[in-house]
Amino acid sequence: MSVTHVNQNSFRQEVLESDKPVLLDFWAPWCGPCRMIAPVLDEIAREHPEIKVCKVNVDEEPELANQFGIVSIPSLFAIRGGRVVNRTVGVSSKQELLDLMG
Amino acid sequence: MVKIYDVIVVGGGPAGCTAALYAARAGLSVLLLEKLTPGGQMAEAAWIENDPGYPEGIDGLTLGQRMAQAARQAGAEWITGKVLSAEPEGREKTLRTTAGSFSGRTLILAMGAGHRRLGLAGEEALTGRGVAYCAACDAPFYRGKTVAVVGGGSSAAADALLLSRIAGRVILIHRRDTLRAEKASREALFGAKNVTFRWNTAVTALLGSQRLTGLRLRDTDTGAETELPVDGLFVSVGRAPATEFLRGRMTLDEKGYLPADESTETGLPGVFAAGDVRAKPFRQIVTAQSDGATAAHAAAQYLESQPRRGLRPSSQ
Repeated sequence: MSVTHVNQNSFRQEVLESDKPVLLDFWAPWCGPCRMIAPVLDEIAREHPEIKVCKVNVDEEPELANQFGIVSIPSLFAIRGGRVVNRTVGVSSKQELLDLMG
Repeated sequence: MVKIYDVIVVGGGPAGCTAALYAARAGLSVLLLEKLTPGGQMAEAAWIENDPGYPEGIDGLTLGQRMAQAARQAGAEWITGKVLSAEPEGREKTLRTTAGSFSGRTLILAMGAGHRRLGLAGEEALTGRGVAYCAACDAPFYRGKTVAVVGGGSSAAADALLLSRIAGRVILIHRRDTLRAEKASREALFGAKNVTFRWNTAVTALLGSQRLTGLRLRDTDTGAETELPVDGLFVSVGRAPATEFLRGRMTLDEKGYLPADESTETGLPGVFAAGDVRAKPFRQIVTAQSDGATAAHAAAQYLESQPRRGLRPSSQ
């Protein structure tokens, strides 16, 4: 699977109502560390069909960023059944992100 | 048979990429191990203005990717993996990593450094909730707000200057009464109207539980404590070298750096330290590249001095 880009309109269906656990990344194109982890997220999406990887561009979706209280990017959340079960901020390795998903 | 590389480089920042480039061009078999993606700390820099080859400036991530490309084109093998433990002693050095085990005749250690934390209670929990380490990433979230920057070096000055253009008010907190930053950035900072300074001041506590609300500060002269309400704190108190996996295996200085002079030679034969992991006074992209080239050269000389088993008669 590939990474799913979500916005305010698709957020409920894609993230909150997802059957699979979601790894949600808040990012921006001008953020170096966000661009560093982008290939890692692509890899997880490709290699782990049991995880749904979603991305929110904070420039385009300030309301969503605000709802999640984002003041640092990249911010990554593990979401199960519509609830945040884990979060981390900044650059993480693939293994650390898989561990975040539990 | 397990492949034994001539050179294993650990780290894909400017030191590691340059070492891999030079070693590969010298005809050596080279493996570069990087735990994440190319560039290292550079990738966090929104804009690099002091690289001599880019007078118009370049973003750090792109510069890192170019260095990685140069190393690969020269023939270095690039594997993504984090080193878990090392056996740097002996003729063949072995690294256990998340991508498997690798052996080499020489090691060039170029892991670089990461952000040093303040070491205060609640710091980890408040990271991303008001406590930040990357001004280039997080400044836009503090438009019109009050932020503090703690630190006194060139990155602290650069962070404060960047924030002064976005935040409403910036307070720079420093333990001493002068900045170590370059003159150009010091003067720019002193000229910014919304920047104030708290000299001889240490941050002793982070206030707030769900969200950072303020700081407790201590005047290092008088010991007097005050509270300062802020929306955000940008921590820029220097770097910590990524040498954890060497602890107990190699000599490190009290801050965790590898003691080695300009030759990049460590106390262990065939093991070299390049870039920010090396104990030295000035850490820049170009000085890291310089170390990388020197280490590759030193590794090649070391290999030449070693008899290769099976290739030469050992009857000397």
